[in-house]
Amino acid sequence: MISTAVISGFALALFAPAIHRFKPAWSGGIFALLPLSLFVFFFSCISEISGGVEIVESVSWAPQVGAAFSFYLDGLSLVFALLITGLGTLIIFYSGGYLHGHPNLGRFYTYMLGFMASMLGLVLASNVISLFIFWELTSLSSYFLIGFDHHRESARSAALQALLVTGIGGLALLAGLIMLGLAGGSQEIYQLLGQEDIIRSHPLFVPMLILVLAGAFTKSAQVPFHFWLPSAMEGPAPVSAYLHSATMVKAGVYLVLRLSPVFAGSAAWHTSLALFGGVTMITGAWLAIVQTDMKKLLAYTTVNGLGMLVFLTGIGTPLALQAAVVFLIAHALYKGSLFLSAGVVDHETGSRNVRELRGLYRRLPLITIAAVLAGMSMAGLPPLVGFIGKELIYESVLSAPGPGQLAAAAALLANALLLAATGVLLLRPFFRRSTAETDSDSGHRVSIDLWLGPVVPAAAGLALGLLPGLLSGTLVSSAATAVAAKHVEVHLSLWHGITPMLVLSLVTVAFGCALYVAYISKESLVDRWRWLGSAGPDRWYAVGLEALKALAHWQTRLLQSGHLHHYVLTIVLTTVILTAVTMIRLKGFLIPSTDLDVRAYELFIVILMILAALVAVRAKSRLSAIVAMGVIGYGIALIFVDFGAPDLAMTQFIIETMTVILFVLVIYRLPRYRSISGRGSRLFNGVVATASGVLMTCLVLVAHGVREGSRLSEYFATNSLLLAHGRNVVNVIIVDFRGMDTLGEITVLSLAGIGVYALLKLRPHAGIKGEKKQSATSELEQESTDN
Amino acid sequence: MNTLIAVLVGVLFGAGIFLMMSRTPVKLIIGLVFLSNAINLLIFDAAGLTRGIPPIIATGAETMAGSSADPLPQALILTAIVISFGVLAFALVLFNRTFKSLTARDLNELKATDT
Repeated sequence: MISTAVISGFALALFAPAIHRFKPAWSGGIFALLPLSLFVFFFSCISEISGGVEIVESVSWAPQVGAAFSFYLDGLSLVFALLITGLGTLIIFYSGGYLHGHPNLGRFYTYMLGFMASMLGLVLASNVISLFIFWELTSLSSYFLIGFDHHRESARSAALQALLVTGIGGLALLAGLIMLGLAGGSQEIYQLLGQEDIIRSHPLFVPMLILVLAGAFTKSAQVPFHFWLPSAMEGPAPVSAYLHSATMVKAGVYLVLRLSPVFAGSAAWHTSLALFGGVTMITGAWLAIVQTDMKKLLAYTTVNGLGMLVFLTGIGTPLALQAAVVFLIAHALYKGSLFLSAGVVDHETGSRNVRELRGLYRRLPLITIAAVLAGMSMAGLPPLVGFIGKELIYESVLSAPGPGQLAAAAALLANALLLAATGVLLLRPFFRRSTAETDSDSGHRVSIDLWLGPVVPAAAGLALGLLPGLLSGTLVSSAATAVAAKHVEVHLSLWHGITPMLVLSLVTVAFGCALYVAYISKESLVDRWRWLGSAGPDRWYAVGLEALKALAHWQTRLLQSGHLHHYVLTIVLTTVILTAVTMIRLKGFLIPSTDLDVRAYELFIVILMILAALVAVRAKSRLSAIVAMGVIGYGIALIFVDFGAPDLAMTQFIIETMTVILFVLVIYRLPRYRSISGRGSRLFNGVVATASGVLMTCLVLVAHGVREGSRLSEYFATNSLLLAHGRNVVNVIIVDFRGMDTLGEITVLSLAGIGVYALLKLRPHAGIKGEKKQSATSELEQESTDN
Repeated sequence: MNTLIAVLVGVLFGAGIFLMMSRTPVKLIIGLVFLSNAINLLIFDAAGLTRGIPPIIATGAETMAGSSADPLPQALILTAIVISFGVLAFALVLFNRTFKSLTARDLNELKATDT
C-alpha cells in the first residue's frame, strides 16, 4: 500500500500534461485529488502507528548489492508524509489559480507531482540505496521547478545552483550511507537503528558522520550552504511554498532526525548539529530582516527554521526532539501559508516589496487574516501552534546538557530576530494606510483556488494551537519516540502557569518589538547589511564554478590538442607505461625457454624483413618506403607458407599485391615525403617506438609460456568433416562455423568500399573555386618535382 | 623460431608506431600497414607455430591429424587481413581527399573541424 502511494504520484505525473490539455480549467482540482486521497490514507494510519505499529514493505531490486525498494512507515515518516500530502493538496490546487493560463502549466504539474512522489518516497524509504535515489530525484525535480521560468537567465542559474549544491551533497550522502550500511551490516534503516553500538565503534564512524552531515546540510541549507535557498526564490510562488515549507529543504532535517538514534551519544554528532544549527538560525533571521522582497525575506526565515530544527536535533534530549517535531509541524503550516499569501500579493498587485506595499488589508482581507495568523505563529505568539513550539524550545534549551545558557541565549536571539522579521513582513505592507490612488480597488475578490491555499494551513495552525491535544497524544509522541528511540510522553498545552519559559517568551517579544522599532527608525542603517546576503558563500560558489570551468577547459586543451601524433603518442605511452609497470610489479616477465630451432631460409626471411622495416623508417622517398612495405608483406606470406597456413599465404599475397598497386596509384596524388618533425621530436618518437616494440616482443615471449590447448580448435578439427562436410578446416570455420561473423566482415568491407567510392566521386562544392584551382596547381607541382 | 618471430613482431610494431607518429600523411598510412601486419604475426606466433602440415583433413580420414597447425588463429588472421585492407583503402582515399581539399602537407595543419 505504501509503495502504491509513492508510485501513484509518478504515474500521474506522466499523464499530467495530457490530462491538463483535456480539462485545462479544472486540472488543478483534478490533480489535487491524488495528494488529498493520499493524505486521507496517511491520516487513517495515525491511530495504528501511534499504537506502536511499524509498517514495512519490500520489493527486491538488486539483491547482489543489497538494494531494495523497501518502505517503512513509523511515527516520524508519518508526520512528514502528512505534511507532504496535505500541503501538496493545497499547493497543487493553488497552482491552478496562480499559474492560470500559463502555456507550460501541464508540464508544471508533471514536475510538481513527480517532486511530491520523490519526496514521499524519500521519507518512506527504508533501504539506504532507495533513500538516496529518491533524494536525488527531489534534487532533479526541484531543478525543473526552480527553473520553471526558464527563459530568465537568473531562474536557470538559480536552478543550476540548487542542483549542484544539493547534488554534490547527495554524492557525499551516498558514500556516507554505504559506509553506514557496511558498518551496520544491513542496508535497511530500521535494522540499522538497532545497531548503534556496533556502528559507533566502527573505524569508519567519523568519515561516515561527516559525509551524512554534508548531505543533510547542503539539502537543508545550513550555513555555509544556505545561499542556494534564497536564490531558489526564482521559482513561482507555489514552488517556493512547497519546497520551503514541507519538502525539499526538510529532507536534510528528516535525515538527521531519522538517523539520530544511530549517531546520538557521539559528542561529534551533538556538537556539530548544535553548532551549525545555531549559527544557521541566527544568520537566517538576521539576513531576513534586511530583505525587502517578501519571498526573499521568507526564504531567510526558512533558513532560520531549518537551523532551529538542526539545533534541536543536536541537543537531542527527548524534550528537544519533541520540540523539533512540534516546531516542524508549526513551521510547515505557517511557512506554507505565508509563501502562498506572498504569491497572492504578487499576483494581485505585481509587487513583493515590503517597503512599497501598503494597505493590503483593504484589498485582500481574507489573505490578510491568513497571513496574520501564520505570521503570529512564526513570531511565536499565543494562541497559535508556533507559540507551543517556542515554549517547548525554551524548555528544552533550559534543561539541555552542556552550555545551556549559551543555547538559551542563541534561541532567544534567533526568536527575537524572527519576531522582528515578521513585523517587517506584515505590519507595514498590510496595515499602513495606503495612498489615495490604490484605495479605489478595495475589497478585491480573490478566487477560491488562490485563497484556500493560504487560509487552510493558517487555520490549522490556530486549531492546533487552541487544541494541542490533537497532536500530543498521537502524532508527536510517536514521531518523538521514533527519533529518541525510547518512549516519549507528550503533553502539550498553551498555558503552563508562570514558568521560566513564559518569562523567556515575554523577553523575546519585548526584544523583538524593540528590534522592529529600531528597524523602522534606522532603515538606512539596515540597508548597509544587505550585502551580507550576496557576499560569502554565494561568492565562493561563483568563483568555484568559474575555476572548475577553467580547469575543464585547460585539461581539454591539454588532452585534445588536435595534433594526431599527440594522440598516438598519448595512447602508446599510456599503454607501454601501464603494461610495463604492471608486468614488472607482478613479476610477469618470466620468459620461458627460448626456442631457437631456426632453419637457414627462415633466418634469411626474417632478417630481410627487419632490414626492410629499417629501410621504411629511414626512407627518404615514398617509393622506397612502399617497396619496403611490400617486402614485409610478402615476407609474412612466406612465413605463413612455412608454418602450415597456405590459405593465409594466398590471401596475404593477393592483399599485399593489391595494397602495393593501390599505393602506387594514389601515391603521386599525395604530398611527397618530407621530414617535418625536428630532430629532437624524432629522437623522442624513436625512443617511444622502440620501447613499445621491446614491450611487444616481451609480451609475445611471455605468451608462449601461458599457452593452453584450445578446446575450440579441438572441436573444429574433429567436426569439420562430420558436421560441415569440408576438409579445409580454416575455410569451414570461416564460411560455416563462424558464417555470421564473415557476413559481418563482408558488410564492413562493402561499407568501406562505398566510402572509398563516395570520397573519390565527391566534388568540392562550387563555392570554393579558388581553392580547387590552387589544389590542382599544387598537384601539378608535386608531379613535376617528384622523382 | 618462436623467439625470432617475437623479435620480428617487436620490430614491426616499433617501426609502425614510429611511422604513425610522423607528421607526413603517407608515413602515417604505411605505419598503419606495418601495425596490422605486426598484429597478424603476433596472433600467429602467440598461438604456437607448427611447421609444415596445414589444417586440412586428409582424404580418407574423418578428423584432422594431431600434428597439423591450429586452424583457429588462421581463421582469425584471415578475417583480420581482409578487414585491415578495407581500413587501409579507406584511409588512403580519405587522405587523398583531404589533401585535395585542404592541400595540407603537415598533419599538424589539420587541427580544426571547419575548413
